[in-house]
Amino acid sequence: MKSRIMGLALAAVFASVSGAQAADKLKACFVYVGSKTDGGWTQAHDIGRLEVEQALGDKVETQYVENIPEGADAERAIERFARSGCGIVFTTSFGFMDPTIKIAKKYPDVKFEHATGYKTAENVTSYNSRFYEGRYIIGQIAAKMSKTGVAGYIASFPIPEVVQGINAFLLGAQSVNPDFKLKVVWVNSWFDAGKEADAAKALIDQGVDILTQHTDSTAPMQLAAERGIHAFGQASDMIAAGPNTQLTAIVDTWGAYYIKRIEAVLDGTWQTQSSWDGLKDGILTMAAYTNMPDDVKAMAEATEAKIKSGELHPFAGPITKQDGTEWLKAGEVADDGTLLGMNFYVQGVDDKLPQ
Amino acid sequence: MRLELQKRPERSALYALLSPFIAIALTVAFGAVLFAFLGKDPVEALYVYFISPLTSTWSLHELAVKAAPLILIGVGLSVCYLSSNWNIGAEGQLVMGAIVGSTLPIVFPDFQSPVVLPLMMIMGMAGGAAYGAIPAFLKTRFGTNEILTSLMLVYVAQLFVDWLVRGPWRNPEGFNFPESRTFHDYAILPEVLASGRTHYGAVFALVAVVALAILLSRTLKGFEIRIAGQAPRAGRFGGFSASRMTFFAFLLSGALAGLAGISEVSGAVQQLRPVVSPGYGFTAIIVAFLGRLNPIGVLFAGLLLGLSYLGGEEAQIVLGLSDKITRVFQGMLLFFVLACDTLILYRIRLVRTRGAVAVAGE
Repeated sequence: MKSRIMGLALAAVFASVSGAQAADKLKACFVYVGSKTDGGWTQAHDIGRLEVEQALGDKVETQYVENIPEGADAERAIERFARSGCGIVFTTSFGFMDPTIKIAKKYPDVKFEHATGYKTAENVTSYNSRFYEGRYIIGQIAAKMSKTGVAGYIASFPIPEVVQGINAFLLGAQSVNPDFKLKVVWVNSWFDAGKEADAAKALIDQGVDILTQHTDSTAPMQLAAERGIHAFGQASDMIAAGPNTQLTAIVDTWGAYYIKRIEAVLDGTWQTQSSWDGLKDGILTMAAYTNMPDDVKAMAEATEAKIKSGELHPFAGPITKQDGTEWLKAGEVADDGTLLGMNFYVQGVDDKLPQ
Repeated sequence: MRLELQKRPERSALYALLSPFIAIALTVAFGAVLFAFLGKDPVEALYVYFISPLTSTWSLHELAVKAAPLILIGVGLSVCYLSSNWNIGAEGQLVMGAIVGSTLPIVFPDFQSPVVLPLMMIMGMAGGAAYGAIPAFLKTRFGTNEILTSLMLVYVAQLFVDWLVRGPWRNPEGFNFPESRTFHDYAILPEVLASGRTHYGAVFALVAVVALAILLSRTLKGFEIRIAGQAPRAGRFGGFSASRMTFFAFLLSGALAGLAGISEVSGAVQQLRPVVSPGYGFTAIIVAFLGRLNPIGVLFAGLLLGLSYLGGEEAQIVLGLSDKITRVFQGMLLFFVLACDTLILYRIRLVRTRGAVAVAGE
């Protein structure tokens, strides 16, 4: 008992010391799974963090740790922030979900936001981006631009988010060319330039003339440039890696979301939620449409506008599954629950989904 | 004048003891230079790295969590390396231990009883040992190189667990995400103290250190292990079987790696995920050598390496140093450790050469 009182007294002293320094500045902290200069996923989050600093200036201070492996290390990194006075902690990898929930229980006064998961709690929000909306658009572009009618898809892990992307891409392509085909190579990594380049080579050798990727390095873009075909960037605008190659890129723009949520903490309106924003909310944006004829560009812009207005939903029936069974009837639209657990292909994917 | 290395007639006992400390001193000195170049106050940076993680109960617990698997695997590997069995595959044995140990809570979630946890630990050790037996068998039966076989089996184990959590062991309530169901309460390795996250894996590590220290210094088996490494021919004349020693070393280190794996999964993570360990099995090789293949040394080496991880994170947050600096810092430590080992077998002499003037003029 005595030691506990001592501990409390000490804690009070420390709290008053750090409190004096930070005045009423909110500390927003970010846990990254990769390096903040990876050119893809983590970099996009870090750009968001910098936008927060710029937009909110004196009201907020940000901190981050990078290259945190999923597992026991993640729990430590998250708790380190929670106990060091962060008001809100963003954990930006799917594998941080359970550690986030666990630590959140111990620190009820700290707000947590976990990216791309599905668990929430009193003080934990989950947030994600409807990447598949961008996939639908690039699928349409691919079908217009491809001569062989086959695109190559470099995929990371067979999780629902990635499967959604593959299906949305193909549905977009089929809306232009019903016979469009898609070949998929799984590299089982989010970031591995060597493997991604190998996958790109293999796909091109099999006759695809458009590449798209759900991995984070610019290697496929560079390889496409070398072989003289077109490709799409991922997570960050990759135009620098392929000035004559990139058609557009699906760019993650987390900044707007981060600013919104941190402001909510500042004015005391933060509440737990499951947030799944899309193109219309600005959480993802399409990089400039380049290296394509004007009519293709016009189509892409029209589709983008329709998705934003809600007129077009990429997963609207009729849609048939790969095995030939009907998934959605005409007029039906997929509900979010099904999308979040998506583990099947639609018709036309030339691959067997790893189970 | 130039420096010359001169071979000592025999190992220097003094430098065998001193060299790790010289290495640490050099690392600290060069680290300070590094931090100064980056525009950080070297004293503050070194404080953040090495001292501040030791100043709170919370981070001491975290240190124990991080160091325990390194130590547990490191002591096992010491036995391997002392007997010249080059087991590079502890990472795979760790993963296999985690898989076999996790069978109970994942495949039989309804079997809930206090015996689950001890069974899981035993199964974890058995899994790691069995996986370690493969390179031992290949080496003794076919003369294959155990460095290659044990290393390649790491990838097999990693891909196997990856396949399991994406396929048959995937959490039925997990939206198809690649992870197993979370363990029920009987399958979770409890925390030792109420004040933090240290689980019984740390206790296992301490027990292993003491047991192997006694084994190596006080028993005939310990003598046999050292003979197998230093004078295998003499060992054979003495009636020690080289292939039995290979099996002993691989089974022991495999079992300890497996125990580290199941302790990590059951104590720290509490479910099976596609990646079980952030490379503990490989880092433990460094720990084993840093600890001079001596269990007590391994204990300290594991703590030191764990400390450098914790300090690295602290430095990222407090000083805004990149994570890569942590790696550079660890690299420096290893480099100096290996370099200072030269002092054990060689002495450094200053030699006055005839061309001294010319050299100095250059």
